[in-house]
Formats: sequence, C-alpha cells, structure tokens
Amino acid sequence: MNMIEVKGLRVVAGTAPDPVVEIVKGVDFCVKKGEVLALIGESGSGKTTIALSLLGHARTGCSIAGGSVRIGDVEVLSLDVRGRRALRARTVAYVAQSASAGFNPSRTIIDQVTEPALLHKLMTPAAAREKAVALFRSLALPSPETIGARYPHQVSGGQLQRVMAAMALITDPCVVVFDEPTTALDVTTQIEVLAAFKKVIRELGTTAVYVSHDLAVVAQMADRIVVLNGGAVRENGTTAQVLDAPADAYTRQLLAATRRPEPETAAASKEAAPPILEIRGLHAGYGRIGHDGVPAVCVLDDVSLTIPRGSALGVIGESGSGKTTLARVVAGLVERARGEVLLDGKPLPAKLSDRTLDQFRRVQIVFQNADTALNPSRTIADILARPMNFYHGLRGAAAQKRMFELLDLVKLPAAIAKRQPGGLSGGQKQRVNLARALAADPALILCDEVTSALDTVVGAAVLDLLAELRRELGVSYMFISHDISTVRAICDEVIVLYAGRRVEAGQRDVLAAPPYHPYTGLLVDSVPALRPGWLDARRALTLAQLPSMGPSGDNGGLCSFRARCRMRIDGKCNVTPPPLKRLPSGAEILCHHSAEELSRMQSTGTVAA
Amino acid sequence: MNRPATHSHAATALYAVSENESPQGDPSLQEPLPEVTAKRRGVLQRLVRRFSVLGLLGLVIVVFWLAVAFLGPLVAPYKGGAITSTEIFGSYSAAHPLGTDYLGRDLLSRVLFGTRYTVGLALASAVLASCIGTFFGLLAAVSGRAVDEVLSRLFDAVISIPSKVLALVVVAAFGSSIPILMGVAAFAYIPGAFRISRSLAVNLMTLEYVQVARARGEGLLYIARVEVLPNMIHPMLADFGLRFVFIVLLLSGLSFLGLGVQPPDADWGSLVRENIGGLALGAPAVLMPAIAIATLTVGVNLLIDNLRRRAGRGQGAA
Repeated sequence: MNMIEVKGLRVVAGTAPDPVVEIVKGVDFCVKKGEVLALIGESGSGKTTIALSLLGHARTGCSIAGGSVRIGDVEVLSLDVRGRRALRARTVAYVAQSASAGFNPSRTIIDQVTEPALLHKLMTPAAAREKAVALFRSLALPSPETIGARYPHQVSGGQLQRVMAAMALITDPCVVVFDEPTTALDVTTQIEVLAAFKKVIRELGTTAVYVSHDLAVVAQMADRIVVLNGGAVRENGTTAQVLDAPADAYTRQLLAATRRPEPETAAASKEAAPPILEIRGLHAGYGRIGHDGVPAVCVLDDVSLTIPRGSALGVIGESGSGKTTLARVVAGLVERARGEVLLDGKPLPAKLSDRTLDQFRRVQIVFQNADTALNPSRTIADILARPMNFYHGLRGAAAQKRMFELLDLVKLPAAIAKRQPGGLSGGQKQRVNLARALAADPALILCDEVTSALDTVVGAAVLDLLAELRRELGVSYMFISHDISTVRAICDEVIVLYAGRRVEAGQRDVLAAPPYHPYTGLLVDSVPALRPGWLDARRALTLAQLPSMGPSGDNGGLCSFRARCRMRIDGKCNVTPPPLKRLPSGAEILCHHSAEELSRMQSTGTVAA
Repeated sequence: MNRPATHSHAATALYAVSENESPQGDPSLQEPLPEVTAKRRGVLQRLVRRFSVLGLLGLVIVVFWLAVAFLGPLVAPYKGGAITSTEIFGSYSAAHPLGTDYLGRDLLSRVLFGTRYTVGLALASAVLASCIGTFFGLLAAVSGRAVDEVLSRLFDAVISIPSKVLALVVVAAFGSSIPILMGVAAFAYIPGAFRISRSLAVNLMTLEYVQVARARGEGLLYIARVEVLPNMIHPMLADFGLRFVFIVLLLSGLSFLGLGVQPPDADWGSLVRENIGGLALGAPAVLMPAIAIATLTVGVNLLIDNLRRRAGRGQGAA
C-alpha cells in the first residue's frame, strides 16, 4: 500500500500579474508504508519545496499550482486550513535543518517536545511526558529521564537535533519529513544522529521522507532515492540501483562529485627556499591575557606548522577545534599570545597596525560564508577594484582589464561586474570572494571552509578552480575544513587539530590508511561511505564501551582527546602528557601508543567495519 | 587626525540623502540610486506599488507639509503678522478660511508662515542630531574599546537628562533664539542617534566583509565610510524620521510654554498657546495648529513605518 502518493505536483513562485516561476515542475513519486524515501538534489532543485508540500504548506510567495498529494487516504491539497492543521497534528511531522533556530530558548526541552501532543489535545500531560522520555531513550539521548528539564542551550547541537526528532514523533505521525537534519553537524556528531534516526524509524515503522544533498548520508538512510534537478525528477529508484547503476546523466554527475578522485601530489618544489609560512609554538585565544602570557580562553595551544611555497596545507578538526582562529591569527584579526609566525622567513607582526602593505598583500583570507563576505551595497566591480587600487594603484582602464581577467580566471561572465552580491548565487559569490583575494596577487590564501556552504557539485567546481589557480599562479593555500574528503582532494599536507592542540601532522596520505592518531582515526571512520549498510556496521563499532580511566592528574599538557578516546590507557593518558612521535609514514602525532599498536587496533577496527 | 575627515564625509553622505529627500519629498530616493536614474516613466506607478496605502498617505502628508514650508509664505493670503480683521476668534469665512486668531489675524496665513519654523527647525535639528550621532556611533564602533567605552558612557550621561528639562534650562539661561532652539533640540537627540548607529555599526563590524577589509590593511576611515556606513543608512533614515517627529513635539511643547519661537513670529506650538483662550469658544484658531501638528507627526510616522518594514525585509533577504 502506498503511504504517500504525489502526482504531477507543481509549485510556482509569484502571483498571477507578476512573472511566475515554476519551481516544481510536475513531480511524481510514491512511498510505501514503512519505507524511507530520499529526495536529493542541489540547492534550488526544489527538494525542500516538495517536502513542505507533503504538509500542505508552501513558503511565503509560493503556491501549489496543481497536482495531487495523497497521504494515506487523505488528499492533502484539497484540505482547508483546519484540515491541514489536523493533518500536521496527527499525520505528518517535520524535522527542520537548524535545530537551534527551531527551539524557544526560554522554555525547557520537555515542555517544547510535549507541546504538539498537548496543543492538539492528543494526550494527557503525564502520558505525553512518559512518551517523550521513551522517545529520548530510543533516540539514545544521554540521561533520558532528566534531559527534558534542561533548556535548549544546555544540550549540544547533535542532541538538539535528536530532541527535535522526538518532538516530531511524539504524536505518532504516519509520515515524518526530515529536511537536511544533519547538514550543519560535524561528521562525528552526524553519525550518532543518523544512527538514532535510523533506529527510531525502524522501531516505530514510520514512513519517512529524507531531504538531503549528501548522497553518502542518503545511502545509509533511504530505501528509495529520488534525484531532483531544477524542479523535475531525474531518477527514481532503489538505493542500490541509483548508487550502482545510475540511469541518468545528472545522477552520474552527482556521484562523480562525491567520489572525487585524488589528484596526483603536485610534488611541491622542495628547494632550499624558505617556506611561505612557518608557525612555531603558537598560543592564541580570546579574553584578557594573563601574567603568564596565556589568554583567558585559550583556543590554540602550542601549534606549529610549515607551508612550503606553492603547496597547500589542510587543517582538519571538528567545530571548536580552533581552525578558524588559526587562520585569523595569521591574518592578524586575532592577536597571538605567544609563538612566532614567519612569512617568507621573516617575522610577521602580530598586530595589524604593525604590518606593512606588502605583508597585507601577501596574505589574503577567504571566508566560509560568501553571503556575509561581500559588502551587499557595492557592485562586484567595486569589490574587485578595491584591492587592485589599494595594493597596486591600478585605476581606470588597467584596473578594468585586470578585473575582467580575474573574472575570467574564476570562470564568471564579465556581465556580472555590474551586479551587486544579492543578485548572485552562492557558488558565484564564493568565486567573487576568491577573485577578490586573487586581485591582491597574494602568495598565501587562507581558505576557511570555502566549500562547506556549497552544494556538492558547486563545491567540487570551486575545488577544481582552487587546484587550477595553484598550478597556474603558484599560490599557497592554508585550507581549513571539517571535511576530510575535500582536504584530501586539494592538499599536500595536513594537520589535525583537536581542542586547539595539533594532534597529527603529515603528508596527505597519512589520512589514507592507519596508523594515525586515534582522533584522526575517528574522523576518517566517521565520513559516511557511499554504500548502504555502512552506518550499521559503523554503529556496532561505536557502541563499544570506552576503556575505563581513573581521575586525571593536574598536568596541563595531558592529551585533550582522552575523554573520547577508544584506545586510552589508564595510568598513562590521564597522568603524563603524550610525547611527540614520528610514524613510519612520516607523520608526527601526539599519542602514547606506538605505531605498531595503533596500526593493529585501527586495522582491526576497519576490518570489522 | 582622521576625525575631521570622517566627520565631513559621514555628514555629507547623510546630509546628501536627507537633502535629496526633503525638497522633492521623494522617498524612492532612499532606494538604490539606479532606480532614480532609470526611466522616469512609470516612476509613479512603481511608487504606488512599493508603498502600502497607509505609507502612501503618509508620503502625501509629508510632501504636502514640506511644500507648505517652502511655498507657504508665497501663497499666504495675508502677511503673517498683519491684523486683518476686527473680529477675534472668528469662524470660517471666505476672507479667512480658517478663521481669525485672538488679535484678529488670519489664521491660514499664520499657519502657513508657522510651518517654516516647525518643519524647518525640526528638520535642521533632526539632520544635525542624526549626523553627529551617526558620526560618533561609527567612531565608537570602528575604534578600539577605550574610545567606545568613553563615548558610550559620555552619551549615557547625556541621555539621562530629560530633554524637556534640559531645553527649559538652556532657554532660561541663554534666552530663546532660533540657533539656541536648534542646538538644544539637536543636543537632546544626539545620544539616541548615537546609540542606534553604534549598535548597527558594531553588528556590521563583525561581518566577514569588514574582517576581510581589516585583514587587507584598510584604515578605519575607509572601513567606516565604505564598508559600514552604506549598510546602515536605511535603518538610520527610519530613525531620522522618528527623531524628526520627537523634535517637532519638543519644539511645539517649548513654544506652548512660551519659550520657543518668539512673537510676532510663531510656530504651530506657539499658535496653540496664543489662541488657547479660544478653546472655550470652540474657535478654529486653537484647533487648526493642533491639527497641523497631529497630521505632520502621524504622516511622518506612517511613512517611516513603511520605510522601516522595507529596510527590515531587505536585511532579511541579504
């Protein structure tokens, strides 16, 4: 029996007298009871719009123009306002992307989770609470009995996303719509959330629609995959068929963007020339700097790195590991407390005001969020002209010529110069962002999560562009990312940060196979593989108990990862700081284990997976 | 060293927009400029589409009063101070459409002449207050913490003085004259403009395009002028409208107390006071200036509410 049947659904933006844009162009699909269907596509493909139409909802400015949406026996589109309200109360529930924006910060979690049940008078308060606690338990939230008494800011992002799922499931809906629920999470958190979702969907036998742009995530969750592009269905098939034998060209393109081949290491000319950037023993943070020279909140703790001329260094870590602070210290936006930063062998002053124009020019920073990185009130031409004028004194025709060269370099049409950033897509903005950095003619570009906010296909294009620019212009990159596959795609060397400490540093290949630092291992293993069943295998592994460990000594240099480490050694990790070791691959790690031990433990882990 | 330069620039930028707005009273100028240089045909149509009915009503009222402020004395049937009738507190008649005041002067002419003081004085004070407030707000936001602290606490101290009391004290001490009134009204409303512009600018300073500009090595002047000011000008214009209304009320209040514009000249506030004796007689002389004040404040409020909503939407989209 089909639980959801969508036929010829059309959604338009705009109302009749104004020009109308069709954003969903006649989409058909159906989902059987208890099945999980994934809607996948780039941003703008209409996947969220379709998901919302299952709730009988269209966003402001859009309207459902035709077609039919049946859920069970109900024709959703023919319902009036009251009918749709009842539908959303009992039949269809929605889990949004940003959990932190979906909760009221001034009410406790349990109040908000039970609210749908109480609002529609489906349960008594006591029953609703009991049900919520049971859901918390199913979703593997810590201390399910008491977590409800907390406020949203007192739980982590991954936990909040699961709480949001509990809120959706409390009314026992027949259909749950998950709208990119893990996109904003770190890989290590994502895996827990996915596992919890999968478990609860299986237990309750709920029919689910899972919206995502990430094929690897979808491969774990879905029974069927619908590939969308430009508001139309490109392919509709079982997960195995779509992944293994894609019928449509666009699906193949998506798959190719996910499975990036690793480029040959562009053997950076390792001549005697001093490295473009060298950092030694860097400490930095925020707040007042104490008398011991360490700031109140220490974000970076004894970080050292080297970037040879013309090569790319990847910086990996979860959010909060200090990667962005590292880039900001180099750019001079955050002052360092201790340590040296050498640009081209010469010390780089910590304060912006002490730097010379040439030093400014040589280091350029490109931020993650292209939306806020371009001044909305200036045209692209103004934005690009400023660094040329500022650093090189270019004006008039010469500047114009150079601007068109730059736009050409980042593969944007020249006509874009007259527009303001508001009229550009995310990928175009990120290219302008890069072009602005290139306009300075820099030696080093600090790329802070430049592809994280972009779709897979667009992100892959930006990565290709970065690699090409490096070949042609010989710039060096410090490439910051939480995504191991993008780092592997572009970098020669990597460092791994955990809680501001550099736990591993080495060539790119150190990420390819064990042994690596236990934290690197966790990161590598958390990246979803593009095959169904990966999650279940992986989950079995992560469920294993951590080895017990006694209370920690008060030594400041202890391994910061010991609280989560699967290989920790009682009496060692909590007593003495880890030594710096060199692995056979040439990587340096901070760990008590020897290369052989790591190799043995990590390869058995991989085999089990 | 930077200060005078920043000031002059901030002032010209803000003033330029305000100036454009006032003579033509065309708020479409507050939209990006290309709109204006675009085809003239259809301007009216676009204007109508852009504003809600209430916003349009506000626009019409504001344009009307601005026109009166400039053209009023030219079209007034009598000279402002001339006693033209023997009847005091006269009712509506062909010779005196709005009746006569307590000395038998034509009230229509009095209101037309008074508009210049009420609107002109308030406009000048509001421009002054907004420009100075914005300048210091920007300065506080782009400079270091020390400057920010000092300026913020200083303006906190000023804001704690009630504006009416301050105005009374100043007028009592220095006497009432146009420059003094303008100065005191501006001074009373600078801290408010400062606070709003500072908080807007502080938020903008954390955005990544400002960080990029800082990392590029740009000076504070450039960051304030190019990266911050253009992106806060819309909310500041809405705030300017609000401030204008407050100043109209403050000046009218002062005039009502007899401390504002001095006879024989009169703004609307003093017209109400002069003719307060007519209240018992139900004379139009006391009613008309009061209606004028009410329509102006309501009109400006309708207009800026509309502007503010648009500005909010614009930010949301960005």
